[in-house]
Amino acid sequence: MSLVAATDLGKTYRAGDVDVTALRGLNFSIEPGAFVAFVGPSGSGKSTLLNLIGCLDKPSNGHLSVLDTDVASLGRRAAAEFRGSHIGFIFQDFNLIPVLSAYENIEYPLLMVQDWPAQKRRARVNELLDAVGMADQAGKRPDQLSGGQKQRVAVARALATHPKLVLADEPTANLDHDTAYRVLDLMKQMRDEFGTSFVFSTHDPKIMGAAEITFGLEDGRLTNNGGRS
Amino acid sequence: MIKVLRLAARNLARYWRRTLLTSGLIILGIVAVLLFVSVSGSFKSVMIGQITDSMMGHLQIHRKGYVASIDNLPLNLNMKPKMVEKVEQALEAIPEIAAWSPRLKFGAMFSNFTETTSIRLNGIVPEREAAAMPDLAKRLVAGDLANGLVERGKLLIPELLAKGMKVKPGDTVVLVATNRDGSVNGQTFVVQGVLEGVSGPGGRDGYLHMDDARALLRMDTDEVNEIAVRLKDIDRLDRVTARLRSELEGFVNQQGKAMIDVHAWDQLSPFANIARMIDLLDLFIRIMLVGIVLIAIMNVMIMAVYERIREIGTIAAIGTPPRRILALFVSEGFLLGLVGTVIGTVVSLGLIYALNLWPVHFNFGRQQDLVLVPSIAATDVLLIGAIVILVAVIASLQPAWKAARMDPISALRHV
Repeated sequence: MSLVAATDLGKTYRAGDVDVTALRGLNFSIEPGAFVAFVGPSGSGKSTLLNLIGCLDKPSNGHLSVLDTDVASLGRRAAAEFRGSHIGFIFQDFNLIPVLSAYENIEYPLLMVQDWPAQKRRARVNELLDAVGMADQAGKRPDQLSGGQKQRVAVARALATHPKLVLADEPTANLDHDTAYRVLDLMKQMRDEFGTSFVFSTHDPKIMGAAEITFGLEDGRLTNNGGRS
Repeated sequence: MIKVLRLAARNLARYWRRTLLTSGLIILGIVAVLLFVSVSGSFKSVMIGQITDSMMGHLQIHRKGYVASIDNLPLNLNMKPKMVEKVEQALEAIPEIAAWSPRLKFGAMFSNFTETTSIRLNGIVPEREAAAMPDLAKRLVAGDLANGLVERGKLLIPELLAKGMKVKPGDTVVLVATNRDGSVNGQTFVVQGVLEGVSGPGGRDGYLHMDDARALLRMDTDEVNEIAVRLKDIDRLDRVTARLRSELEGFVNQQGKAMIDVHAWDQLSPFANIARMIDLLDLFIRIMLVGIVLIAIMNVMIMAVYERIREIGTIAAIGTPPRRILALFVSEGFLLGLVGTVIGTVVSLGLIYALNLWPVHFNFGRQQDLVLVPSIAATDVLLIGAIVILVAVIASLQPAWKAARMDPISALRHV
């Protein structure tokens, strides 16, 4: 069973009076436990593809299934529920909630999305804080953390609900190279520790080396079909 | 729900200046409304108390048509003894009635032997008038009271008349009155006391003993033309008036028409219109409060949603159900309303307490040194608080709905 399977996948946007084709006829699959990068220049369709895999958007044509669920069939509420249950997100700008501490940001999906009981929640957050090396920064708010620390917290938040898949859109774009590699190492370590698949996008050829499988994207088309790095 | 409220509280604390400003506006609105309601309520109750407790009673009973010509004080529309008996039977049967006083009102000429003027007089049974008008005695500014109010052969006269005619307690004066048949009679009386004037009809009337009034008018039957009634509780006025009307509607003339009229105080006193105006102002100030809260909360919530679009995109992307996003923003509006209401109510109650410690004295018309003792009913406080919180929730619904319906992709792209 593939974690993600795309067949002839396409996405067209309407921008004003013009139709913009962002993705054209993509065919690929991602297996569970994979550490995958979609690499391409800006405007190649990476974010659009990640939005489709993350059930934030629906394909215009073709077929996309995530965990054997047809993404096109999900309504707004069902898609939110599906994301909350199975998918974690890491964002380029970290997107931590500014009023919450590192601890509370990691706790947020357990509290507001999945309604975990307090004791179980506390154990899970502490486990993740230890795992990402942020236990000593748990009480700090995002504005008191460095970029690398924020992304560590974001990784922990993405993993909080035991998702099968974590999507990261340009997770290292706002970090220096050293920090970027450390974050990618952390993601890989989390994959190894928790068995979660990671799919991320990047435009940085140096970063793509960190992925185990790399898909190239250009003008909405795949330029390779999942080469091993 | 608690976790949503906690997060909402933190978001409000994040934008503390805006929260303070909006809460301040709500607090100001609440204080204005509660103070206005308490002060205007106190003014109304002082004035109504004075009108009903010192001259009018809570309701009055007359023969049909008497009130329409009350300015002339007609003597041909008196209630005959049989009618009075019937009315008294009806009054006795109603437990909410505390006391009533029969009156014989008439006009007369008042002379101090050098000058003459007109006077409106009430023939009263002193003990019964004192029971029905407990504050009448408090209006005495000179002289003494006897028999509860007035002795036989003596007069209580209004202050303005006493000043104008330069008479004082102990002076002898002459009253000349025309009776029902048109014949004129005069008698001397001694001024027993001077009464302070009160706004409204009857506020500048004189008083004499019922037997003296009948003697002056050469009346040989126990007729009266007004019965003033005092209730145990003014809040039961409508109920008692309705009951009395239905009890007395059976008293009809030969043509089958009702012969007795029952009027509540607010149908007889012009102050009732001022009271209605105060009620109207009260309503308008409440509507203004609703407007203030609606605009303030809506403004702050629209800004909150606009400024937090990316944050909304993030929480939506990670799977927060739309109803919970809606609840989060509605909770922020609710908390703003709640905080404003609680602080506004505490400040208002403090100010009302201070106004009781240092009362405000005021004059109304010729009435001097009236004291305002503001108070507010718990139901008013609760109602106004509930309205503010409800409006705060309603005002935050639209921005909250917008946040809950936001497309995560567009929201995450927002700069």
